[in-house]
Amino acid sequence: MSDTIIKVENISKRYRIGLQEKKADTFAQQMVNVLKYPIDNFRKIKNLGKFQGEEEEGVHWALKDVSFEVKQGEVLGIIGKNGAGKSTLLKILSKITEPTSGRIEMYGRVAALLEVGTGFHPELTGRENIYMNGTILGMTKREIDRKLDEIIDFSGVGKYIDTPVKFYSSGMRVRLGFSVAAHLEPEILIIDEVLSVGDFEFQQKCLGKMGEVSKYEGRTVLFVSHNMSAVKELCSNSLVLKNGNFQKIGKTSEVLHLYLGKTSEKKFNRIIDNQNYEVIVNMAYIENSKEDLDGYVTLFIQLLSNLETSVALDIRVKTSDLQIPVGFGSMGTFDHFDQLKLNKGKNNFEFNINTKTIAVGEYLLSIDITKPFVKFYDRCEDCISFEILKPTSKQKDLLLSWNYGAYVIEITSNV
Amino acid sequence: MSKVSVIEPSKGWKVVDVGELWRYKDLLYFLTVRGIKARYAQSVLGVGWAIIQPLFTTLVFTVVFGGLAKVDSDGMPYILFSYLALWPWNYFSGTLSESANSLVANAGMITKVYFPRLILPLAAIFSKLLDFIISFIVLLGLLIYFQVMPGWNLVFLPLLLVQLLMASLGIGMILSAMAVQYRDVKYALTFVVQLLLYLAPVVYSTTAVPDQWQFVYSLNPMVGVVEGIRAMFLSRPMPWEWIWPGAIVAMAVFVFGLFYFRRMEKVFADVA
Repeated sequence: MSDTIIKVENISKRYRIGLQEKKADTFAQQMVNVLKYPIDNFRKIKNLGKFQGEEEEGVHWALKDVSFEVKQGEVLGIIGKNGAGKSTLLKILSKITEPTSGRIEMYGRVAALLEVGTGFHPELTGRENIYMNGTILGMTKREIDRKLDEIIDFSGVGKYIDTPVKFYSSGMRVRLGFSVAAHLEPEILIIDEVLSVGDFEFQQKCLGKMGEVSKYEGRTVLFVSHNMSAVKELCSNSLVLKNGNFQKIGKTSEVLHLYLGKTSEKKFNRIIDNQNYEVIVNMAYIENSKEDLDGYVTLFIQLLSNLETSVALDIRVKTSDLQIPVGFGSMGTFDHFDQLKLNKGKNNFEFNINTKTIAVGEYLLSIDITKPFVKFYDRCEDCISFEILKPTSKQKDLLLSWNYGAYVIEITSNV
Repeated sequence: MSKVSVIEPSKGWKVVDVGELWRYKDLLYFLTVRGIKARYAQSVLGVGWAIIQPLFTTLVFTVVFGGLAKVDSDGMPYILFSYLALWPWNYFSGTLSESANSLVANAGMITKVYFPRLILPLAAIFSKLLDFIISFIVLLGLLIYFQVMPGWNLVFLPLLLVQLLMASLGIGMILSAMAVQYRDVKYALTFVVQLLLYLAPVVYSTTAVPDQWQFVYSLNPMVGVVEGIRAMFLSRPMPWEWIWPGAIVAMAVFVFGLFYFRRMEKVFADVA
């Protein structure tokens, strides 16, 4: 079957954002303000959910004219940067909030999972919370009765099931919450970034369960995530949002390219307008390792030089969203035997970069060319973006790297 | 193909969706149980507090109003006189604050999952019923101690309880919907509830109310409930003149509450 199961037409949603308060410049004005304060407050609070004109001051369109369709059995990824409107879209689809305008038609029972373990009460036992959470998500008591053993089993909480949840570790709480959710049987399942919590092994288990569900039971899933490897793995199609606007819908592989391409240039090409340089980076890009090296990428660099010299190459890697430094790698700064020997004109280099200690996610790479402690030649700040789609080796490395610590990134010359 | 659901911006006043409420009846049950369990969790006396609270209030009232101020209690023991009133009053005041806070306290749920929001004040009101029943047992004890035999008009008790529930739920719905947007409700309620006590014949008798104010006074739904309950347990004729104005008000508040809540419902998630 390839019937349309969700039809979204011109959905828009606006919110009110805080405006800067007018400050009093005299004492008398300040006194008047104190007296007026409750009246102003009343007006402000009253208008929180109300709007008059089309374009008012202090109004933010979280979504504007978004339309798309989802077919039955499709697993659609919804991607976009922070503030792109993903969560707002999910909140509208799950009926938590109303759209300002537009219309959505959905065929079938909808369950939304915007949080794991909604309604959990710390004083209640695990068993009681399963019923609490399950009924909030729209299950009936009888349905939960039937699946109770399976849910407890899946969560791995086992013998602690009759202990109040406040004594659980946060990991156990998440597991319990997710196993309730994993046993929902709606025709349409809406999932927000809930997989970012919980340990790696359990995440994999949940992803597996989700994939299974859509494949064998024909369930439609909408999946919002920053975890690109999860999106790639699960979603055949993806939708890209940008600043509340619909950008593109299509095959995940094609759409991901667009999404990532917008972050920064994948390939760095400099336009050189004068010859007043000594050494400059002309071009740089990253590719998957040519050789069969697991966990390595290949960095190509072309340097233009007006002199015969040797230089050091430093790379710095940081996360693309929060700009947190991840690591530093060097050829020649600390060991001058590693320095790159340059001839006049174009010089091509190729390096292998070890990415085993880097977590799944998007990164920016900066390049510095220097004569260590003597001269600074060129810097390309955040000139290349790359993405780690799969953790390469063991979980240990992945977990280590969640801390975004400063690792030495190993580089070897590839000549 | 299963049934279609349409999401659109809603306009104006809407009737409550009873079918949907029914589908979520299990949630109402578990939220009610959660409310009860959470209230008495990790307390030594547990539901014993539902006995101690009204009992001590009654004792204080008996000493202050019955003993020191010598308030007229229609010729019955003051302790029985005030307990008969405190029994429904405590339920009323308790549900008022509990339901008014129900939406704000569960804002985390409202912004993460859809379910009929009405379930929350409903559960608050139902979870208080346990206290109500337990304090009824104390009332039985008092009746036996004073050797009072309820009259045949006890058959009207369910009617008065419906009036009590409608008034509690009606006001509860209005206040909870307002409290989502205006947190002032929470602060105002704590002392307003205390003051309201004096607008109902809890510590004094209706005979103290001047004749020309009787009608206005009886518009308070709790006046009829308290007077009616006293009358039926003490085998007096039902004071219908005190009851019917309040009954109409209770019904009106309940219906208005339903519509008001429904109207405000759509902005809950945005402003909570």
